[in-house]
Amino acid sequence: MTSQDNMSEEHLPEAAHGHGGGPVVSKDGYFADPGLPPHEHRRTDIDEKAARRAERQVATWFLLSMLATVGFIASYVIFKPGPTHHVYIWPVGDVSPLNFALGVTLGISLFAIGAGAVHWARTLMSDEEHIAERHPIESTPEVREQVFADFRQGAKESGFGRRKLIRNTMIGAMAMVPLSAVVLFRDLGPLPEKKLDTTGWKAGMLLKNMNTGEPIKASDVEVGSLTFAMPQDLSEDDEDFQVRIAKDALMLVRLQPGDIKDKNSAAWGYEGVLAFSKICTHVGCPISLYEQQTHHVLCPCHQSTFDLSDGARVIFGPAGHPLPQLQIGVDATGNLEALNGFTVPVGPGFWERSE
Amino acid sequence: MSTHANDNSHEEQIGHSEAGVEQKHLGEKSADWVDGRLGIYSLAKANLRKIFPDHWSFMLGEICLYSFIIIILTGVYLTLFFQPSMGEVIYHGSYTPLQGIKMSEAYESALNISFDVRGGLLIRQIHHWAAIVFVAAMLVHMMRVFFTGAFRKPREINWLFGFLLLFLGMFDGFMGYSLPDDLLSGTGIRFMEGAILSVPLVGTYLQMFLYGGQFPGNDIIPRFFTIHVLLIPGIMLGLLVAHLILVFYHKHTQFAGPGRTEKNVVGMPLMPVYMAKAGGFFFLVFGVIAFVSAIASVNPIWAYGPYRPDQVSTDAQPDWYMGFSEGLIRIMPGWEIRAWGHTLELGVFIPLVVFGLMFIVIAIYPFLEGWITGDKREHHILDRPRNAPVRTALGVAWITEYLILLVGGGNDLFATHLHLSIDAITWACRVLFFVGPVIAFMVTKRWCMGLQRGDKDKILHGRETGTIKRLPHGEFIEVHAQLPQEELFRLTAHEQGAPVALPPAVDENGVKRKVGAVTKLRAKLSQGYFGPQSQIAKPTAEEHAEITSGHGHH
Repeated sequence: MTSQDNMSEEHLPEAAHGHGGGPVVSKDGYFADPGLPPHEHRRTDIDEKAARRAERQVATWFLLSMLATVGFIASYVIFKPGPTHHVYIWPVGDVSPLNFALGVTLGISLFAIGAGAVHWARTLMSDEEHIAERHPIESTPEVREQVFADFRQGAKESGFGRRKLIRNTMIGAMAMVPLSAVVLFRDLGPLPEKKLDTTGWKAGMLLKNMNTGEPIKASDVEVGSLTFAMPQDLSEDDEDFQVRIAKDALMLVRLQPGDIKDKNSAAWGYEGVLAFSKICTHVGCPISLYEQQTHHVLCPCHQSTFDLSDGARVIFGPAGHPLPQLQIGVDATGNLEALNGFTVPVGPGFWERSE
Repeated sequence: MSTHANDNSHEEQIGHSEAGVEQKHLGEKSADWVDGRLGIYSLAKANLRKIFPDHWSFMLGEICLYSFIIIILTGVYLTLFFQPSMGEVIYHGSYTPLQGIKMSEAYESALNISFDVRGGLLIRQIHHWAAIVFVAAMLVHMMRVFFTGAFRKPREINWLFGFLLLFLGMFDGFMGYSLPDDLLSGTGIRFMEGAILSVPLVGTYLQMFLYGGQFPGNDIIPRFFTIHVLLIPGIMLGLLVAHLILVFYHKHTQFAGPGRTEKNVVGMPLMPVYMAKAGGFFFLVFGVIAFVSAIASVNPIWAYGPYRPDQVSTDAQPDWYMGFSEGLIRIMPGWEIRAWGHTLELGVFIPLVVFGLMFIVIAIYPFLEGWITGDKREHHILDRPRNAPVRTALGVAWITEYLILLVGGGNDLFATHLHLSIDAITWACRVLFFVGPVIAFMVTKRWCMGLQRGDKDKILHGRETGTIKRLPHGEFIEVHAQLPQEELFRLTAHEQGAPVALPPAVDENGVKRKVGAVTKLRAKLSQGYFGPQSQIAKPTAEEHAEITSGHGHH
């Protein structure tokens, strides 16, 4: 526009604007609406050659879609499903050839229809802007009056306001009938009663190693390792295994007796072997991360951290109370056994929980 | 009935066998048949050439609609193969690492869909990716509506419908990824149990009734299945239809510009432009999601193994849209009140309440703003976010809170990837939970004010042309070009509200008026919205004339 070597006044934008006079002002003192600008033609509107080119482009998209659908069906027949089939495709990595081929062909067949349609709309369909009037959503006062009059008439004819007996009994009936639905939901589940307070652990029950299924000797629990255990009478084949393991899962650690800060906790263990509930007291995730040096265990879900050398006290994170400890000893053959059930409920806190 | 001008070369047209009978196009005939029974012509008259305004941000809602349709299509397919049962089976399928392992029928059938049904994995991944896109699109669509003020009268109810869709969509997503009963999804269900148990008084009852007994029981997967595929989608479909009907009924909002007023809508007709554009856009969205599902794995359930309550994988993370609730639960200190034989598990219950509050503020905002501003008029012209600084700042504050919680929800990932202490991240999130939104509010509001000043400057002094002019006395100035009328109008088309005034201290009889605390609060809030510290008076044409008349005073 403005050339660098010819800076005469009229070439400057400021001056150029001046020719048309100042801006148009509206009644309220602000700038007036100049109205819809005139429609500008696109190339395809005026050049038949350009329009034909656009038409070919749209058709090419649609053709591509057809080809991709053929490719989809071919892929479905050719490639085998299953985890053993995979190929390396750069830069995606190792993929299932079936999933990759189906996804890519389906993606192209769909995308091409969309691209064709949008290109068609943008190049060949009229892009002239139209104006439609809006009408207020609110009804006119006449309509409003009519509706109110109709309603009053209807209410009067029903006698709803006058015949109080009918009105009151009807309200009563309508209020009561949903109670049937509420009652029906009673059998969704049992009442909580004391179910959450107890676990499967009882005095004299042997501790069974979660991995080997064998009883655990105190000497099997080594310093620096976390051993997972479950009650002797529980088997993975049991019908209620999932429900029981959700409460009975146990973790065993051995600490040097001098390292145990909490004396009560030490007394509930056997020669430094302590048994704690594995279920986090926050929202019930199983705790699985053990820091050997500090004897801290961490719940991987929300990072509640408990100090097993100090009665599983919460030292970090959102848990509200320590992990319950199971009092253990050994039986005649030297196997670890529970001397008592859990004395407090395991797992997350709840309203009826007392301690 | 108009006689149709026949084009004899047209092949669809029917013959001329019966002399004297009006010849009609086959399409016309069938349309007449339907109209005779449903009266569709009046509906078509109002809608075939319905005008929709054009703006890129108006397609965000379309993404929501299309991903919802994709979810339904793929979801129906998945139900043909999925077994929503917690019955135990031993796996003998084609995935060797899990051979001989005990698992639920739900998990086994999800593995079979992934490995033995041809295309099953693709459909599963499209279903999951579409759900991720669906919730993201709803959130962004809602932001568009929020920041442009499109929720104002008469659209508050449609805002509520949209809000419910977002809320239900998130929960249905959560239930959806809980169904395969893999180790990760089971952990999510366990988390939900803990959250329910924390509810005072009724928590244990709710838990027992929902799970059919103690966790995990045998009922939760089939129950979630019914809720996930029937109850919630059914409600959502109804809400969606109502949402769209209201969009048509209210007519779409539009941005200010030449020729656009509160009383009209300027744009292009539904048929053919938006039928092609919006219809085509469905295929674009579907195509992209299918392509992503081909190359990017989502929720590889076979890698997690079956659910067992005593096992867990590290870095267990929910889908992204549940991440902020995860953040709430992670940054909350473990408060617990134990008294009179009861436990109030505040460490879990407070996050649960705050989770609800984060949503409730969204739902009530339009009504709150309407009450504060006292604006009872209809609005069809959208605000530019800068012209509503308080609203924009509140929105950004909410988003900031959301992002802080998202970081809190991934505190373990941030700790391991950025080599930071998890304690430090958690504490930073705790502090930022309170401070972050306040800072975001102040920064955004000032930013908006700055942009308003910038607009004013541009209107009064024109835009910078980049042309440097040397004046006779040697001074260099940059030449400014006056904005065209269209631009001047567009930048000043918005209304600037005035604060609600308190009623006069004494009434017409000279009696001292009692002003309630609510009225005073409202006046204060209104002052906050429209006071001088919240908006820059837009320039009048007179100011403009004054400045532009004196040339050269730059």
